[in-house]
Amino acid sequence: MKYLDEYRDSTLAKGLARRIAALATKPWVLMEVCGGQTHSIVRYGIDRMIPESVELVHGPGCPVCVTSLEMIDRAHSIAARKDVIFTSFGDMLRVLGSRGDLLTLRSRGADVRVVYAPLDAVRIARENPGKRVVFFAIGFETTAPANAMAVYLARQRGVKNFSVLVSHVLVPPAMAAILQSAGNRVQGFLGPGHVCAVMGYREYEALADRYRVPIVITGFEPLDLLEGILMTVQQLEAGRVEVTNQYARTVSREGNRAARDLIFEVFEVCDRKWRGVGSIPKSGYKLRYEYREHDAERIFEVDAIETRESERCISGLILRGLKKPKDCAAFAKECTPQNPLGATMVSAEGSCAAYYQYGRYLDAGKGR
Amino acid sequence: MMCLGIPGEVLEIRDEQGLKVGKVQFGGITRDVCLACIPDIALGEFVLVHVGFAISKVDKEEAARAYATLQELGLLAELTADAAQPEQPP
Repeated sequence: MKYLDEYRDSTLAKGLARRIAALATKPWVLMEVCGGQTHSIVRYGIDRMIPESVELVHGPGCPVCVTSLEMIDRAHSIAARKDVIFTSFGDMLRVLGSRGDLLTLRSRGADVRVVYAPLDAVRIARENPGKRVVFFAIGFETTAPANAMAVYLARQRGVKNFSVLVSHVLVPPAMAAILQSAGNRVQGFLGPGHVCAVMGYREYEALADRYRVPIVITGFEPLDLLEGILMTVQQLEAGRVEVTNQYARTVSREGNRAARDLIFEVFEVCDRKWRGVGSIPKSGYKLRYEYREHDAERIFEVDAIETRESERCISGLILRGLKKPKDCAAFAKECTPQNPLGATMVSAEGSCAAYYQYGRYLDAGKGR
Repeated sequence: MMCLGIPGEVLEIRDEQGLKVGKVQFGGITRDVCLACIPDIALGEFVLVHVGFAISKVDKEEAARAYATLQELGLLAELTADAAQPEQPP
C-alpha cells in the first residue's frame, strides 16, 4: 500500500476499492491488455488494494517484448550492412537478439540511430541520399498511424531510399488467442485506452459477444484502473456481457477516423508471430502491395534465421495470463532486465520488468 | 515505447508541403508533431501525441492530470529518446 499513500486522490481510490470489495461475491480473473496499465497497476499497488478474490493478470501489451526473435535477427542482419542507416525507437534497438542488440552493432561500425518519431527516419533518408535508411516499424494500433504516415509520405515525396521493416501487432486478435488458449483463466478485460483512441471499440464488441467476455475500455491512471475494475466486476456479478467505456473523455466508439483511414491506406492485416506466444492469425499489419518499394523485407534478402529461446522462460504463459512473474523460478535470479531470458523481461514495459522495477521480487512468497 | 499518448499544448501550426505539422509543448520540452489526423485543431488546444504523431484532442485539465501521472510513472522517456545517442564508433 505504500505507493497508494503517496497518491493524491487516495480517498477516491479507497472508495473505489471498497466498492469493488463490496460487490465481488465470487473470485474473478481480469486482464489488463496495455503495458502502460500494467506499469500503473504495479507502481500504485492497485492489485493489492482490491480484494484478493479479484485477480489481475497482465496481458501481452508490450510491442517491444512480443517482437519475435527472428524479426530482431533480421533487423540485425539489415543494420549490419554498410549501405544502411538503421533506425527505430530506443528500447527496440536495445533488445537482445540471437546476435546481440542493435545498438551494440554501432561499436562495430554500423550506423544505427534512435529516433523519436518515424517521420524523423524519413528526414534522415532525405538528408542521406547515398544511404538506404530503414525504420524498424513496431507497435500496436496506437503507433500504426505514425508509422503509416512515414511510409505514405516517403512514397508521395519519392523518398526511394526509405524503407520499413514492419512487425506490427494488433490487440483484439491477441485477446481472442488468449481466450482460446487451453486453461484460459481470463473472465474480463480492461481494454487498452490509447489503442482505442485510434481504433474505437467496435471490434471489441464482436469479441465480447463471441467469447461472452465483458470488456471495459480503460485509461491508465490509478483511478481509471480502479473504476475499470469496478465496471468489469459489476458486469461479471450481474452476468452481463458488454463493451463499456470507462475512458470516454479520450475514447469514442468510432476512434480517430482519419488515423484509421491512414493505417488502412498503407497497411493490411496479416498473420504475425509473437515472441513467447507463437503465430496468431490476422494479428499484425504488413505493407500493402502498393507500398512494396518501401518494404525492407523485400529489398534486403535475409538468410534463413534460426533462433532459440531459453527453456526456463515462462513468458508465453505470463503473456496469456496463465502465470505471473513471481511464478517463475528464474525471475529476479537468472532473469533480470540486465540479463533477460525472454519476452516479458526484455523491455521496461514488459510485466516481468515492471515487477522487477517496482521491487516485487523483494517480497516473493507474500502472495501477491 | 509504451502505447500511450503524451498530452501537450499546440504552440504552432504550419503547412509543410501539404502536411499539417506543429510545435507541441510537453512540460519543458517542445517537439515537432504531425497534426494531420486532428482536422479541427487550433492553437492553444491540447493533443495526445505518440511518437511524434497526434492521435486525439484532450481538454486542458485532462492533459495536466495525464501528464503528471506519466511523469510519476517515469513514462516520458519517449520525448527525449533521441537526445542521447550512444557513442558513435571512432
